[in-house]
Amino acid sequence: MISPSVLLLLGWMLVPLCMTLYFSTLRYNLIVPSDNPFVGWENYYWFVTDPSFKAAMFNTLLLVGGVLCITVVGGILFALLLDQPMWGQGLIRIMVISPFFVMPTVSGLVWKNMFMNPVNGIFGHVAQALNLAPVEFFSQIPLLSIILIVSWQWLPFATLILLTALQSLDRDQLEAAEMDGAKSLSRFIYIMIPHLARAITVVILIQTIFLLSIFAEILVTTNGGPGVATTNLTYLIYVSSLLQFDVGMGSAGGVIAIILANIVAIFLMRLIGKNLDA
Amino acid sequence: MGQIHLKNVSKDFGNVTVIPPLDLDIENGEFVVFVGPSGCGKSTLLRLIAGLEDVSGGQVLIDSNDVTSLPPAKRRLAMVFQSYALYPHMSVRKNIAFPLKMAKIPPDEQNQRVEDAARILNLTDYLERRPGQLSGGQRQRVAIGRAIVREPGAFLFDEPLSNLDAALRVGMRLEIAELHQRLNTTMIYVTHDQVEAMTMADKIVVLQNGMIEQVGTPLELYRTPSNRFVAGFIGSPRMNFIIGEEATRHNAECIGIRPEHIEVVKSDGAWQGIVGVSEHLGSDTFFQVNVLGFADTLTVRAGGEVDLKYGDTINLTPNLNNLHRFDRQGQRIS
Amino acid sequence: MARLVSIPRKSFNTTLAGFLGFLMFFPVLWIVILSFKTEGDAIKAPLEILFATGWTVESYGAVQARSDYFKHFTNSVFIAFGSTFLGLLIAVPAAWAMAFVPTKRTKHILMWMLSTKMLPPVGVLVPIYLIFRDTGLLDSRFGLALILMMVNLPIIIWMLYTYFREIPGEILEAARMDGANLNAEIIFVLAPMALPGMASTVLLNIILAWNEAFWTLNLTAAKAAPLTAFIASYSSPEGLFYAKLSAASVMAIAPILALGWLSQKQLVRGLTFGAVK
Repeated sequence: MISPSVLLLLGWMLVPLCMTLYFSTLRYNLIVPSDNPFVGWENYYWFVTDPSFKAAMFNTLLLVGGVLCITVVGGILFALLLDQPMWGQGLIRIMVISPFFVMPTVSGLVWKNMFMNPVNGIFGHVAQALNLAPVEFFSQIPLLSIILIVSWQWLPFATLILLTALQSLDRDQLEAAEMDGAKSLSRFIYIMIPHLARAITVVILIQTIFLLSIFAEILVTTNGGPGVATTNLTYLIYVSSLLQFDVGMGSAGGVIAIILANIVAIFLMRLIGKNLDA
Repeated sequence: MGQIHLKNVSKDFGNVTVIPPLDLDIENGEFVVFVGPSGCGKSTLLRLIAGLEDVSGGQVLIDSNDVTSLPPAKRRLAMVFQSYALYPHMSVRKNIAFPLKMAKIPPDEQNQRVEDAARILNLTDYLERRPGQLSGGQRQRVAIGRAIVREPGAFLFDEPLSNLDAALRVGMRLEIAELHQRLNTTMIYVTHDQVEAMTMADKIVVLQNGMIEQVGTPLELYRTPSNRFVAGFIGSPRMNFIIGEEATRHNAECIGIRPEHIEVVKSDGAWQGIVGVSEHLGSDTFFQVNVLGFADTLTVRAGGEVDLKYGDTINLTPNLNNLHRFDRQGQRIS
Repeated sequence: MARLVSIPRKSFNTTLAGFLGFLMFFPVLWIVILSFKTEGDAIKAPLEILFATGWTVESYGAVQARSDYFKHFTNSVFIAFGSTFLGLLIAVPAAWAMAFVPTKRTKHILMWMLSTKMLPPVGVLVPIYLIFRDTGLLDSRFGLALILMMVNLPIIIWMLYTYFREIPGEILEAARMDGANLNAEIIFVLAPMALPGMASTVLLNIILAWNEAFWTLNLTAAKAAPLTAFIASYSSPEGLFYAKLSAASVMAIAPILALGWLSQKQLVRGLTFGAVK
């Protein structure tokens, strides 16, 4: 009964993977007809030495790192707050997690136009009202703008998971610590953070997997620009393969992306595997 | 109806032998308790009888029929599980009726039998509730109800009371004993609690490491335990074991004496000791006594209102008729 | 024991959390408001927009007229439900077998399935694109459903597996003692108990498929484009028509927002592969 799924997933993984590996060693461009000669490492060489590759790697790192910082710290604070007794907790919770269900293209466009547009966006209006020069988000701080948009989408995810983890914390432990004389800060550092450590790791790893593949938000806001200021690795590969039709180059980039994701995946898999035994 | 015989039954998991070949006879209408520490194989033995586990060797006979290869449902046995194993999505009525439904009993009769069982178990008011809305004791009764509607040849209970609190446990113990009197059906009951075993059983089977240590009535086990393990396991508080010089004097490797068989005397006792901690239960008092020359402290029972304090010196006299002697292998010397 | 907390403290918590929650939710709320304004009002200053009296639903009509919202909506529905249905078809037997008849290899198979989810889509974009182009699956709803099924299959299997495994073994044994054969066991005991878990799995998968925006953008053109691609077409210059963009956005996210609210608990389990419960 397992075999159909195994076969499907095996095919889904192996066939394209082998094709990517194979294409990455060919000079193969869809709009330049040729017999696609074997060129070995040439595509990798050109892909890696292209200045936009360095920029894309750097942007990918900043994007993933920035969003992780904002969402993890924000998520912990949000989770701690939502764990407190209050009225209307359910409603507040729903409001907080809503952004996660907004499709990436919508959130990209809404933030770009309704908020970050220097003339008609809300931030622009606020700046005008305060007699400040409106910020040109997508030309002055393009990458930061994208980081903010993506963080808005993923903060709910971190919050939800950390909140769930926090609620599984044994209240007796906290009260025992309180009896032992631990102030609230010590309780947070010595009881809550260790309890949350696992959940935080899970949040970081899973988000990293998804954040490495951020695409739609960039496509609808900046198209990777200005220049390559907001081009991440995913977008760069998209540009080489589907805009420049360079199958060889795109594949070489794809292989690099796979290697990068696998480094994260190894850690994540270990963590989940441990959980499976328990 | 309800005779169960195990012949040479054994069980291996992979290359680990959980139960070496053993024989056991259970007569019709008996209340048999399997007792032993956790991991002794008592639940496995029950599951072998139920047919939930396949035997690795030997035969299981019910009423002289070989049922070794029959599936659980065909053995005419009913089982009450430790976790109750109620179907959470069905009402109490449907839970109890489920075995009848599986046996394709007509709905009218199903209803009749469910109502009867509910009346016996005081569940009539709860028939339309879901298990999730019931207390632990009520769930336990539903599980028993599901067992009795089938009118099985024998009931199997797998630690049914271990999830209940102490007060409820005593109540349910009586209810199950009452049920046994009323139905007069064979019951096999697994527990790690020797008090449950002593109070409920007609026959106790003491198990350790998959082997039967002794089979007998509660009083037989209490009076003549066949080895040190049974002696220590049956009876509360535990039997005192004394080794060394004192044991040698009685021609044994080890002697055992129960707390209730040691008398506190004013003077001229066989043993002299210093009173340690005491537990007053009202009717009885249990003292820890450090006896000169003994490695372990003795537990001694005295009357309820004995006035002895920590540090007092007392004299003790064991009742020699109730002294148990064990050899080097821990076997009883008669 | 829940502790009693003073009223002022509770009020403070409520106010702070309510305010922050409102900030998070504000963009969603804002496009709902804008979608009912005229284009002229929609680009005014925020306060003016709020107090502008001209409420209208004309933007919704305009969106439908300009870009045929319903076509994209049905595409989204087809793709989300189709991929979920296909996924269940394959995942239920697999998860079932692994949860109830585990072998030594079960854990390895599960981990390996999970690892396929780690494959970045962009790594296989080129071959998939070429395969789709050559087999005529490009810009077809079926092709997209197929891809999204593959993308989410590990999640479906994992979620189902964790739910199935929670059904206690003693219940199945009780059913066997009660005389249920395999069929009766499945119909009367297992299926009803597994149903809630399957429902949440379906829900999460629909949400994920609905919002997927890499394959849907790269493998569709006019014909099979779902709502993600439909919205992307507002990227420019129509994005400057705020009321229409808002109306389109509201129509794209509303169905899934409702589902999402219903499934927030299951979301955690599904997205962390059971690592956080």
